[in-house]
Amino acid sequence: MSHQRSQTLTVNRRGLLGALGGGVLVAAGAGLAPRAAKATPEDAGKWVAELTGGKPPTDDPRVALDLPPIAENGNTVPVTVTVDSPMTDGDYVTKIHVVAEGNPNPGLCTFELTPACGKAEVSTRMRLARTQNVVAVAELSDGTVISGRKEVKVTIGGCGG
Amino acid sequence: MAANRPRVKVPKTAKKGDVFQIKTLVTHAMETGLRKGKDGNPIPRDIVNTFTCAFNGKTVFTMKLEPAISANPYIAFYQQATESGDYTFTWTDDAGDSVSKTASIQVS
Repeated sequence: MSHQRSQTLTVNRRGLLGALGGGVLVAAGAGLAPRAAKATPEDAGKWVAELTGGKPPTDDPRVALDLPPIAENGNTVPVTVTVDSPMTDGDYVTKIHVVAEGNPNPGLCTFELTPACGKAEVSTRMRLARTQNVVAVAELSDGTVISGRKEVKVTIGGCGG
Repeated sequence: MAANRPRVKVPKTAKKGDVFQIKTLVTHAMETGLRKGKDGNPIPRDIVNTFTCAFNGKTVFTMKLEPAISANPYIAFYQQATESGDYTFTWTDDAGDSVSKTASIQVS
């Protein structure tokens, strides 16, 4: 009886050691995985300048980003951009660019709006590689370029690589 | 992989002047081109790069997508009701394949 019990114990200890060893290997693998090159705020600025024809955007409270403060999964981060605009034929938002400052590529997407939209609010889901600022740049029909930004904390990045 | 299973949500009826939301979803892997496959080679980029919405043949909303948009892209935006008609939604991917979906609205 006592012999049998000690045998059970030995098997358990082996199992435990194996599990521990496996865990260490997985941790080492994650550390060695190659990391994708990251964009910097300067790269993001250049990307915006290319799209807007060199006009530097000015920060404006009319551009609002609705983002979760903490994104647990960087693969699908919901984003809503709202621009306070009457959206009439004479005064409307023509384009909204969304830019990530810390992704491998800074560009996220560009929305092209018309006065038929009635309201300058767009939503989508994006991938974020790490904790970073997301910037929305709005081009208005009178030629002004305004922007807004918000920081998102990302727990697990979602850009592959 | 071409985009498939387009789904759109447009109200069936609306009053003239109403502003309503349109939600769209399409199934697509949105391969970024940054990931490596099992053989160590990068998986080529394959994304839906353009989404357009036309009302009675006139383009009213366009979105240019980059690889940083999540798989199965979800897009939501607003429209103002002016007259009854059809909305046509088109998704185009890197290979040039496109998928469309139409939804009608009755404006009173």
